[in-house]
Amino acid sequence: MSETYTFTFMKEVSSLLHAADGNPFPMCVQCGTCSGSCPVAAYMDYTPRQIIAMVNAGLKDQVMESNTFWYCASCYQCTVRCPQDISITELMYALQRYSIWKNRYKEGMIGPAFSEAFAKTIVRTGRTFEPILAPSYIFSFKMREFFQEIQNATELMLKGRLPILPPRIKRLDNFKRMIRRILPMGGAE
Amino acid sequence: MKEFAYFPGCSLEKLAISYHTSTLETSKKLGVKLQELEDWNCCGSTTYFHIDELLAYTLTARNLAIAEKTGLDVVAPCSACFKNMFFTAAHMKEDPDLAEHINFALEEDGLNFSGNTKVRHLLEMFAQDVGPDEIRSKVTRPLEGVKVAPYYGCQILRPRKDHEEVENPRYFEDLLSAIGATPIEYALKMRCCGGSLIISSRIAALSMVRNLLQCAVDQGADMIATACPMCQVNLECYQQSVNQEFGTQFAVPILYFTQLMGLALGIPKKKLGIGKELVSASPVLAAL
Ligand code: SF4
Ligand code: SF4
Repeated sequence: MSETYTFTFMKEVSSLLHAADGNPFPMCVQCGTCSGSCPVAAYMDYTPRQIIAMVNAGLKDQVMESNTFWYCASCYQCTVRCPQDISITELMYALQRYSIWKNRYKEGMIGPAFSEAFAKTIVRTGRTFEPILAPSYIFSFKMREFFQEIQNATELMLKGRLPILPPRIKRLDNFKRMIRRILPMGGAE
Repeated sequence: MKEFAYFPGCSLEKLAISYHTSTLETSKKLGVKLQELEDWNCCGSTTYFHIDELLAYTLTARNLAIAEKTGLDVVAPCSACFKNMFFTAAHMKEDPDLAEHINFALEEDGLNFSGNTKVRHLLEMFAQDVGPDEIRSKVTRPLEGVKVAPYYGCQILRPRKDHEEVENPRYFEDLLSAIGATPIEYALKMRCCGGSLIISSRIAALSMVRNLLQCAVDQGADMIATACPMCQVNLECYQQSVNQEFGTQFAVPILYFTQLMGLALGIPKKKLGIGKELVSASPVLAAL
């Protein structure tokens, strides 16, 4: 029973990766090079080395309840140094996708809300637009931090560095139809 | 004359407008022609990959297909856009099924990507394709005495594209020397600035910015030169937050390398967007 479960979680995560073939999670030798190279490891609930061990062991609940993959900064330092040619960065992306897909994440994580808002903006307009993205995560900050954000935004605006109107691409209808060929069930609105 | 297709990316429209203008001015001065992609879309930065990998590749493939129509190699100034473009092209080339699926979607916009466009980062384009000798020969106002920390960040270098050196690249330093500045050596030149981590963990992101600034300042940097809008914003806009959080007193100007090149090539400050930075570079540049 537990063996099937183990197999399934690792496979489920791998299947969310195009590069899964070249990403041999079970080959991890637990050397810890990834954790030693990771600039964010000190802030993670589990280090990259621990996370891959947990994925391989099928500890789905603990993995999903952790902040680790939302704290990954996609810097690829672990990836270029792993002696087994495993891309931990891609594993982190796969876990983020898995988490959004299953709607399961650690309470208080702002990452998922931002990712979704960001993605929706691109799908709607073809371009990103910083100001409308801000509210989706800004209120999760504490008060002092919130004011720091406002201060930053105001200064950027004064310097002419924040856009006033959302940019749009010209052939938006084609663009939306293109997206429907990838995500046929919607997400394009 | 060298000619490239140019994909500015979303940040360069406003937030990193100085990067855009200084890129155009500097290229013109060096006789490099940049042709902006017609009707390009956002490539999804690092964020789209959280949602759906195939869609992320497709968004980038649309831009690649538009670039391919020009018959030119494409250059991207943002490291995240660059990484997305480079690897989308590579994956589509090595995986015909993936290419077929994506091209089926691109048909809706009358496009197709066959995988032949080469992708370059703007820094590589200047530092390697144009090269330090060519640049040095056009310098009219060398940045003598200015100590600049070259900041590579992550995605220009990583993941590895081939078997190239990723632990101690030198081309940014060589470019800075070519314009007469003094590149400083510091250990964190390729350490992550936090990327979009500020969104999920403010304290982790701020401490990463702090470490970087501290390391550069300790080695005597007057300023930091970046080659990515996200790095620039993180290092510059969060300096004040870092100071508040950690009781530090950083006031390190963070300029785009193209702004520094432009200065050395004799282009007026205003045309390079110098003056739009939140931490003013005037005190450092006044000495020139
Ligand atoms: S560096 Fe690679 S082999 Fe070593 S612990 Fe990390 S993933 Fe496993
Ligand atoms: S890519 Fe993510 S896990 Fe890997 S070193 Fe960077 S922050 Fe850590």
